[in-house]
Amino acid sequence: MVNIKAAFNWLASCGGCEEAIVDLHEELLNVVEAVDIVYWPCALDFKKEDVERMTDGEIDVSFINGAVRTSDEEETAVLLRRKSKYVIAFGSCAHLGGIPGMGNFISAKEILRNSYLESPSLNQNEMTPQVETRQPEGIVTLPRFCDSVRTLDQTIPVDYYLPGCPPPTRLIKEALRALLGGELPARGSVLAPDIAQCHECPRKVTKPDEFHITEWKRPHEAVIDPERCILAQGFLCLGPVTRCGCDSPCIKANMPCTGCIGPISQIKDYGAKAVAAIASLFDNREEHEIEATLDQIIDPAGTVYRYCLPASQLFQRLPGENKRHNEVCA
Amino acid sequence: MSETDVNNNDLHLFEPRIVAFFCNWCTYTAADLAGVSRLRYAPNVRVIRVMCSGRLDPQFVVSALRQGADGVLIGGCHPGDCHYQEGNFKALRRYKLLKRLLRTMGIEEERVRLEWIAASEGDKVQRVMNEMTEQIRALGPLCLTPIPQPDFESLQEEVLTVVREEGGVCHG
Repeated sequence: MVNIKAAFNWLASCGGCEEAIVDLHEELLNVVEAVDIVYWPCALDFKKEDVERMTDGEIDVSFINGAVRTSDEEETAVLLRRKSKYVIAFGSCAHLGGIPGMGNFISAKEILRNSYLESPSLNQNEMTPQVETRQPEGIVTLPRFCDSVRTLDQTIPVDYYLPGCPPPTRLIKEALRALLGGELPARGSVLAPDIAQCHECPRKVTKPDEFHITEWKRPHEAVIDPERCILAQGFLCLGPVTRCGCDSPCIKANMPCTGCIGPISQIKDYGAKAVAAIASLFDNREEHEIEATLDQIIDPAGTVYRYCLPASQLFQRLPGENKRHNEVCA
Repeated sequence: MSETDVNNNDLHLFEPRIVAFFCNWCTYTAADLAGVSRLRYAPNVRVIRVMCSGRLDPQFVVSALRQGADGVLIGGCHPGDCHYQEGNFKALRRYKLLKRLLRTMGIEEERVRLEWIAASEGDKVQRVMNEMTEQIRALGPLCLTPIPQPDFESLQEEVLTVVREEGGVCHG
């Protein structure tokens, strides 16, 4: 039996997805036995040039984690797509944009200004990173910082998605088994069960038939009862709109679901659907009562789009920004 | 309408496109009344009938905006008049939360609007439609940033052919 060739790569991500692979523990040994890892910059010494030298489609499967923010990440993604038969978007960032995706709430210009000019640390010469800098030794280059954060499938065609922040060990194992056994589902599938988080929640029996939440609380503001449905206690748990498959580690740690694994397939816009769900959980009828209740939900957009802003239907839209309008009026 | 599509490139000829979701029992009937009463109103509003404003999933609003609407109007029964008792209150709560979300996303206040219009208020349909059309005309087209798409479908085809010929990744 010939081993399959696999590549792992990280783009704009935290490194947690690499951890998730290592978290396979002893199972990793079986993986290494069946898989030739040809590229894994985090752990192995193969270089990008080694990948460039391969023939197209030589790698059987590439697991790419992280969102796409810079020109370098885009190039790497394109290169791996060219060299791979299958590309699997690994983790929330590659799947939906993830935490780096929240960068789309502000403009690239503002991020650079904030980091390099307004930050209280070190930068006294008002220097910002340049794509090309002339030095006595020659021209030094840096990757370009793109206008917005993109998901992997907004950059290259993606065959499968392994969701989660990071993907749960169980789902990675199942995906590897399917890959090795050649039993993959339809192209474009998310390799996780297509039912809501609440379905496999250990506190499912305590979920009331109807919710009558009177006050929204944040986990640091009150003690969460470790037995009862977290949502029914008034803590914003996104379980009802989130996919399951993670074995609810957050719920087991007495924390509400924040939705890292993303929506079930019927949902086209996670944030908008979460709005629908949240607004159905309390009873206020008067406008001022509703406003008062909603005031308790701090940063609603950041809450519902925490892991999926680039994948939202609105993609990126900044306050005061109306590009075409500004252009035409200019 | 092709006429508005063409004109949207020129701001001076811009005709707002508004998608309206009207509840079957009150606002849609009111729109009917406006028609039967021969009230003149802006032709920019495309009405979609839903059984209740409470049926309106915020995803519909977001989808409408993504698919080219410059504004979305939601019409329901007055508080207490809902055919299903509670539907319009649910719509109001969703609307209020959605507005907060859209504000963060830089969608102007006037682009999404909720109005209670009873079956007898044909004139209110006329007024709201005209008002909203003018407000959005003043704002200009919505122009959402297009969702990025990978631009090498040909490569994808090429890669898939390799996969098909070799029968998947499993060589064993």
